[in-house]
Amino acid sequence: MLKMQHVGKIYRTQLVETHALRDFSLEVAEGEFVAVTGPSGSGKTTFLNIAGLLESFDSGSYWLDGEDVSRLNDDARSRVRNRKIGFIFQSFNLIPDLDVFDNVDVPLRYRGFGAAERRGRIERALEVVGLASRMKHLPAQLSGGQQQRVAIARALAGDPRILLADEPTGNLDSLMARQVLDLLEEINDRGATIVMVTHDAELARRAHRNVHVLDGRVSDLAEVPAVQSVERVRA
Amino acid sequence: MFAYYLRLGLASLRRTPMITVLTIAAIALGIGVCTTTLTVYHLMSSNPIEHRNEVLYAVTMDGWDPDQPWHSDRPHLPPPELTYRDAQALLESDISDRRVAMRKTTVAVEPAEARTDVAPFLIEVRLTTGDFFAMFDTPFEYGSGWDAAADAEANRVVVLSEETNEKAFGGIDSVGRTIRLDGRDYEVVGVLKDWNPTPKFYDLNNGPFDESEEIYMPFALGETQEMQPAGNVNCWKNEQIDSFRQFLDSECIWIQFWVELGSPAKVERFQAFLDAYVGEQKKLGRFPRPLNNRLDRVSDWLDINEVVQDDNRVLVGLSFMFLAVCLLNMIGLLLAKFLGAAPIVSLRRALGASRSAIVKQHLVEVGLIGVAGGIAGLVIAGFGLAALERLYSQYEHLTRLDVAMLGVGLVIAVATGMLAGLYPIWRVSRVQPAVYLKTQ
Repeated sequence: MLKMQHVGKIYRTQLVETHALRDFSLEVAEGEFVAVTGPSGSGKTTFLNIAGLLESFDSGSYWLDGEDVSRLNDDARSRVRNRKIGFIFQSFNLIPDLDVFDNVDVPLRYRGFGAAERRGRIERALEVVGLASRMKHLPAQLSGGQQQRVAIARALAGDPRILLADEPTGNLDSLMARQVLDLLEEINDRGATIVMVTHDAELARRAHRNVHVLDGRVSDLAEVPAVQSVERVRA
Repeated sequence: MFAYYLRLGLASLRRTPMITVLTIAAIALGIGVCTTTLTVYHLMSSNPIEHRNEVLYAVTMDGWDPDQPWHSDRPHLPPPELTYRDAQALLESDISDRRVAMRKTTVAVEPAEARTDVAPFLIEVRLTTGDFFAMFDTPFEYGSGWDAAADAEANRVVVLSEETNEKAFGGIDSVGRTIRLDGRDYEVVGVLKDWNPTPKFYDLNNGPFDESEEIYMPFALGETQEMQPAGNVNCWKNEQIDSFRQFLDSECIWIQFWVELGSPAKVERFQAFLDAYVGEQKKLGRFPRPLNNRLDRVSDWLDINEVVQDDNRVLVGLSFMFLAVCLLNMIGLLLAKFLGAAPIVSLRRALGASRSAIVKQHLVEVGLIGVAGGIAGLVIAGFGLAALERLYSQYEHLTRLDVAMLGVGLVIAVATGMLAGLYPIWRVSRVQPAVYLKTQ
């Protein structure tokens, strides 16, 4: 599903060059739930941004869903993001003056679906996250956990090939964090591929596989199976 | 997607009400000032009889002072008017399809006996030949103009303006009724609808933006009843003038003369006739200047008489410079507004919006600002024109905001909005999707 080989990313200013990723290689199979861990500044978010086609990279190659996405132009990257990738951010990133329905609607608008198709998808996605009754609420009228569930519904509505989550429980208390993680596991159980960046070891343990990133590289000791394997979960 | 962008635009305008108000105010002020000056310019520079431009010709002949031209700065132009006797001579020619000699005078109107509430009043009269109405396509409310016999016999017939008919007869169909002017009775043969060509092309020498006369009567009456001229009379020759007859025979110019020539051949023939006529007159010791007879179409006539003066053009230029200042302010405001919303743009980009989708969304938003600013600007222009009308009441008909100017004002407003939005939109469309997602 996701295959990065020898990816390098350097941030340059007039004074310094920062190697955010060096020779970064990773493969994620379809249906996997992978947690990417590592200390602050290790390159986790850079990896996620590149995986989500939010940033370009300087060297290496990247295949997503069988397609080489290394050198796509801006429009093509937007199209791939819209059709194949669902994002879940730490700070939810809902648009404050749009209600729940319209927030979930945002990626579907750019997909070019008709009104009936969009409505059906939004309702189904909100059903999955248990917020079908809150469609007309503004984000400010929801709790943090509910907001993150709206963000998950937004990510799911377009039936993406992969979900990329950046510290999805970072802004939530432990109860809400558990609920969100339960939801992610449930979504994964239905077949979705999930890559989650976190520095919370406890959360990472709930993924099928942990990938540890250090100094912009996948650490040699990093790829450890988590509590359960993909096969076990599927079984 | 347009409806979606429209919704997003409205939501964005509501999100930052102060910037929205300031931006709309900036465009409204610029459009208000521009539309005000453009309206005046538009009315000044228009050809009110465009549809007859190809057949109507102002006739001029240079019988002016041999020592100095009529226009010192444009010596190739003859004076704009003719002497009475030359006008009479040209009326004799039947080369043209129609011809009209005319001038202004004033008379006192004594209202009908039934209208005891209206005191006698002075009005301006156009003494003209009967072809005037057909040549200049005047609209009639009641009746019509007079025929050639009425001109030949100097019949006491009149055509009233709508306003005069209202004043003298209360607006009824007064055709066949009698109106008393300067102590004599005249028969009303027609009543015009509201007719006020701007500029008053047929008599530019007496004020291109004056209103049309209130009564029209046969040209010949001016002679038989010795009606004094009310417009400009210009004389160059030192002549003994002790009587009205001597005045009519003098070299003073004060008669406007127009012909209708329906084909190039007729134009050629009439030009030859004019040249032959002046040639004959030269043999009699008149027309001491070089032969210079002109036939000018209405549009050329308006141009050579410089109806629109440089001051007006400068004023329009200044108002557009003011609009440019407003535009610069708008750029700053829009830049602040759009970059303030960059995190949301960043999010939309992350969720799949292409750069062109972001551009379209913001173009619709600046279009909305343009429309709102345009409407507010037209209201300001309305006030500006009303203020001008109060200051210069004689130019009332130059301060009307017509449909064309409403459209032009709105188009300029939307174009200004788009122009002001180009740089801010370009900037916000370059926002990288990843930049704000962590910090939003």
